[in-house]
Amino acid sequence: MTTKKTFYKVLYHVLVVFFGFIMVYPVLWMVSGSLKTNVEIATGALTLVPRYWLWENFPNGWAGFAGITFSTFFSNSLFLSVFTTIGTVLSCSLVAYSLSRIRFRGRRIIFMLMMSTMMIPAQVILIPQFIIFHRLGLVGTFVPLILPSFFGAAFFIFLMMQFMASIPKELDEAAIVDGCNKYTVFTRIVFPLLKPALVTTAIIQFYWAWDNFLGPLIYLNNPRQFTVSLALRMFADTASITDFGAMFAMSTLSLIPVFVMFLLFNKQLVDGISTMGLKG
Amino acid sequence: MALQKAKATKATKTKSKIKKRMVMAPLMMLIPWFLGMAFFRVYPIFLSFWYSLTNFPLLGERTFIGLDNFRQIFLNDTTFHASAIATLRYVFFGTPMVLAAALFIAFVLNFKLKGVNIFRTAYYVPSILGGNVAVSILWVQMFRNNGLINSAINNFNNATPEFANIPIVFWLTSETWAPFTLMLLSAWQFGSVMLIFLAALQNVSPSLYEAASIDGAKGWRQFRSITLPIITPVVLFNAVNVLLRHFQEFNSAFLVTSGGPNQSTLFFSLYIYDMAFQRLQMGYASALTWISLAAIGVFTLILFFSSKYWVHYND
Repeated sequence: MTTKKTFYKVLYHVLVVFFGFIMVYPVLWMVSGSLKTNVEIATGALTLVPRYWLWENFPNGWAGFAGITFSTFFSNSLFLSVFTTIGTVLSCSLVAYSLSRIRFRGRRIIFMLMMSTMMIPAQVILIPQFIIFHRLGLVGTFVPLILPSFFGAAFFIFLMMQFMASIPKELDEAAIVDGCNKYTVFTRIVFPLLKPALVTTAIIQFYWAWDNFLGPLIYLNNPRQFTVSLALRMFADTASITDFGAMFAMSTLSLIPVFVMFLLFNKQLVDGISTMGLKG
Repeated sequence: MALQKAKATKATKTKSKIKKRMVMAPLMMLIPWFLGMAFFRVYPIFLSFWYSLTNFPLLGERTFIGLDNFRQIFLNDTTFHASAIATLRYVFFGTPMVLAAALFIAFVLNFKLKGVNIFRTAYYVPSILGGNVAVSILWVQMFRNNGLINSAINNFNNATPEFANIPIVFWLTSETWAPFTLMLLSAWQFGSVMLIFLAALQNVSPSLYEAASIDGAKGWRQFRSITLPIITPVVLFNAVNVLLRHFQEFNSAFLVTSGGPNQSTLFFSLYIYDMAFQRLQMGYASALTWISLAAIGVFTLILFFSSKYWVHYND
């Protein structure tokens, strides 16, 4: 009985480790590919340790194409991600505060309206939004990618409203007795207390902005404005036959911000997903 | 008496004035946001519906043509038919694949295990990469004809010639396998679905399992009769989410297979993209988005209505 039990226990651990390794293997393979020679990658070598450590892949890839280096692409991506994140956090927290803390006529209607925009898939408004920006002459600029984030996203507003429900209202009232108005209650009391929800929102929004591909694909056409995602795609299209190593090197670098965020905020992210359920 | 009344009204008046000011504050905060939402999120919905009834080349004249777009799409557009088949196949087979993989791993990780957090992270790593272009590049490199997977198959065949040979598969260039390769990519990124399942599994009270084992239910029986019914609400939640995601999948099909081979992975979103941003036919593309939206709505409703028969709620 006991031997059977230990056997199952060992088998179970081996399986978990084995499957875990299979899950992570492709990522490791890509990272190691960034140091391999083209020949080694082209033949589909399975090893995770490069035969020769080819550090040149990184400067080669960083040189980019058409004279535009990856410094440009990375700063574009960073610029877009940071500003959409700021916009989302500010607008969503303000809206969530007014909707959850202050009773006024029409509050329910606005709430319902907001929730219904969450139900409509993004692809429905993609085309008319593009035409609006086209008419405003803003296609080919960063504006269409940043501006909408300053008008809140229903999903995050909802997340913050949920969180705000757990901040006691007595705090607001006490602050008002002490001379705060509704604005200062927000800036001094609610906003600081909202920190965990703000952090979750910021991380997820940063992820989405960093990984966003369709938006830049539609709105940006000058290679100088390309984000890392767009540049990687160009790179894979034009250079796949010649320089696998450099492509892997840049792919690996493009994942670094995402990984760093994950390592820093692992707990908030896992908690946020477990409680709310987000898309990958 | 009258004096008292006058005093009272005066008091309520100032009170209501204060109240009014309190009410104005949030409204002032909401105004810019509300205008923005109305202009960039609500108005486009109506615009899109209007466009779907027009012939609208982006750089040309817009003319009202009623339901002609829809008639054309349903009756004559063979690309649309191919696209519908590709999308439905991806949704029908891909969604259960993701759910099954996520539930299985969540179930496995739910046991007491040393270093469970490390494993949870390991299983979650593919998902944090999300829709990043790097993932698609990786997938191409793994599944191209002489890529990682096929060379692994080769190595295996060479190492063990006494077994029957595993045939090499054209993962990206065969109509049968390309959709499956994309499903694999989606299934590989089951992380967040798995985390939600795991949270649900951890909420199942241990006393239920104790009671079940006293009654002689073990293993699979226990899972089927206790665990599964309790977590069905979460299964529904995840099923709806994955379904929505699959219906709108763009990145993998665009970057890994470009909709091919022979339109076998030309999902709705790809066809819409092509129609709107390559051929600039905004009216026709808008009509396509509404058909896609209707399909999403129908399938979500079917899931919700069917939930009456398989989802168990505690109260």
